[in-house]
Amino acid sequence: MSDQPVVQDVVKDESMLIQKKMLDGWYREIGSARESGRPVVYSFVPGNLTEFILSFDCVPVLPEINALHSGMKKMSDGFILEAERRGHSEDVCTYVKCDLGMFLGGNLGPYGKVPPPDLLLLSYTGCFTFLKWFEALKKVYDCPVVMVHTPYQDQGVITSDMVEYLVRQFESDLIPALEKISGKKFDIDRLRSLLQESKRAEDDLVYCFQSGKNIPSPIDGFFAGVYYVGPIFTAFRGTPECTEYYRTVRREIEYRVANKLGPMTPAGTLAEEKFRLVIDGTPNWTDFRDFWKIFYEEGAVFVASTYTKVGGLYDTGFRHDPDQPLKTMAEYCLNVYTNNSLPARTRLMEDYIRDYHADGFVFHSIKSCNSFSAGMLAMMRELEQRTGLPGCFIESDLVDSRYFSYANIKNRVESYLQMVEQKKSDRGAA
Amino acid sequence: MEARKIVEECEDILNDLEFTSVREWKARTGGTVVGYLPTYVPLEVIHAAGALSVGIFGGGDKMEIIKGDAFYQSYICHLPRSTLELGLSGRLDFLDALLSPSLCDVVRNLSGVWQLQFPNVKTKYIDMPQNFDQEVGGRFFISVMKELALLLESLGCRPVTNELLRQSIILYNENRRLVDALYDYRAEAPHRVPTAELYVVLRAGLIQPVEKSNETLANYLAAVRNRGAKPLDNVRVVVVGSFCEQPPLNLIKTLEKAGCYIVDDDFIQIARWFRRPVAVDGDGYRAISEAFLSASRPSSSVFEGDKPRSEDLVERIRDRNAEGVIFAAPSFCDPALLDLPFYQEALDRLGINYTQFQFSENTGQFQTIKEQTGTFSDSIKLWSEA
Repeated sequence: MSDQPVVQDVVKDESMLIQKKMLDGWYREIGSARESGRPVVYSFVPGNLTEFILSFDCVPVLPEINALHSGMKKMSDGFILEAERRGHSEDVCTYVKCDLGMFLGGNLGPYGKVPPPDLLLLSYTGCFTFLKWFEALKKVYDCPVVMVHTPYQDQGVITSDMVEYLVRQFESDLIPALEKISGKKFDIDRLRSLLQESKRAEDDLVYCFQSGKNIPSPIDGFFAGVYYVGPIFTAFRGTPECTEYYRTVRREIEYRVANKLGPMTPAGTLAEEKFRLVIDGTPNWTDFRDFWKIFYEEGAVFVASTYTKVGGLYDTGFRHDPDQPLKTMAEYCLNVYTNNSLPARTRLMEDYIRDYHADGFVFHSIKSCNSFSAGMLAMMRELEQRTGLPGCFIESDLVDSRYFSYANIKNRVESYLQMVEQKKSDRGAA
Repeated sequence: MEARKIVEECEDILNDLEFTSVREWKARTGGTVVGYLPTYVPLEVIHAAGALSVGIFGGGDKMEIIKGDAFYQSYICHLPRSTLELGLSGRLDFLDALLSPSLCDVVRNLSGVWQLQFPNVKTKYIDMPQNFDQEVGGRFFISVMKELALLLESLGCRPVTNELLRQSIILYNENRRLVDALYDYRAEAPHRVPTAELYVVLRAGLIQPVEKSNETLANYLAAVRNRGAKPLDNVRVVVVGSFCEQPPLNLIKTLEKAGCYIVDDDFIQIARWFRRPVAVDGDGYRAISEAFLSASRPSSSVFEGDKPRSEDLVERIRDRNAEGVIFAAPSFCDPALLDLPFYQEALDRLGINYTQFQFSENTGQFQTIKEQTGTFSDSIKLWSEA
């Protein structure tokens, strides 16, 4: 029997179709930004200041999202090679190389031509590479950069100095920069109303992810989780569309919980949940469906994940607060997953493992992403000691398919799940 | 004292992975020892608190990594492995605290790994400000330094008063002045200041009290000025990229033997962080902060703003009358490798020669580097315009 997966028709929930429409609309807005006269602002997912951008009627563009879609549409390898031909090292982040390679090819991305930015909003949050990425883009686009430096929570605590630093940056740098490119004055009431919508959507988002505590879990909190976070991590947080989307997702999940249904997968509803797992690390995008299949074919469900908190960590209680707009945006930035210390991230994983009744946990190490990956092995050791459960360590990359080995990962996951099965039956017998 | 003797003493300190001199200091004084990783931490604050700062720049090529490798994947640089190895093998058991600058995600996360592995050792992330307005980034940086001072107090150190801080600033200003004087003299007379020697003297200084380091630097400067060495027909080069994981000493020697005089470099950036002295009047924290924001030499981990780092590189090449650049970056080093193509584009535009290679701190084979660098230096001598 071949180890290579068989391509199947994809089965999608209604909310996934709604999301596709939303994203298509967003890409049309991006494509027509020049004609509509709306300034284009590039930024990042972690620490994304979408409400600020939207309050000035600008169009947000997220190069990470371009890169991951390039990966899913099998365009990224070509972009990466082009960047490497121009001297970019094999050792550096493939998101950056994908983006630079796309630029070198005329900025023709997975959904058409991407307009150049009017402003690079360098939300320097949770990832060192972001700084170098936008330094590089400044050179290629020759446009202004506004730096918003989010201090790192190295002790797992947000201090008033950290919040104050961010608020001052919003006041002295970000708002003036957005005013300049948009020709509009900062409207704090508009920002407040966007934040009010954000808060509503966040409540439903948290419900969605915490539904993974149910047995069986109605969702896959990693692979499907990627779709759940799509709108709120991209261009839609703060919009009524986003709020409505999450209401729809919540209704779907409430139905699944009430009917004890497992999660949707590309092959349909999972019939039997055999393994409940928690995962740290980003997905692989070039082989996303095959990667998912390795797990669902074994009846393994990710009941919780940390990647789905990279654009905002809400299940520990944070919500955007429209009554304190600047302070709340600062706290949002400080709180994203990758801006948390390794001990705090380990505690979060430990909580997920316990609270979501996991049988084990997986670390997916990404060659490109030191923010996630450097220190994973230490976290894994710590979690094995604290929980008594076994961990699984697999490796690939974000959007460079040269680093995804289907057979290798499948082999490792299958062996791991056999071990989990054995330990479960040992516990049952005991 | 003869230069050679000074260098030998410094080399002994550098090669001593048990950090005997630090242990002796601690036993003698009962003081607090604060380790720090590359590239920058405010040493003046540590000194003002009465603690000893110790630069932990990896284990180099003298140590076998056994436990450290188990914590890191193959595509992560060597520095965290050897640093962890030093810790897990007990060689750093004298440390009361470890400081991690905001250099990259690997060093950032190493701070967290250290917290998990050594919960009794205090850690602090020195978040270098990326906003250069004194009322914004400056205020934040002052808060970071004050937190550091409080951490040191919690370890039993004396409170940092403004007068104590002022005195420490004076000492570190002198340290930086001496290092700059050596760098200037090396550029003027590179045959008298081999980089392999200068490097050892600077590295040893990171493990000594600053008072001792100042004495050593002054003695070495006096000794090399009196040296009777003959210049060789070497090309003058700037070495860029080795600001965190350090090259093995033999690699530096290899470059020099391959026909190069290193007239500028970015090894040990903390020793030359500021372009001018830190002010010694007024509030000490504010003075350090102002110097950081307005007088820092460019670093790959600090936002370049409107002035690309490559412009500074070109200025350095011109100031030092260099004929070429050697890009020597550690494998998997994001800060260095992400800058590289833009440095090279800038040099291509100006017709400045360069070559590049990667290394790790325990690289043991230098033949290929020697041939590459030798060819590079020969090509400059043969083909560049007089």
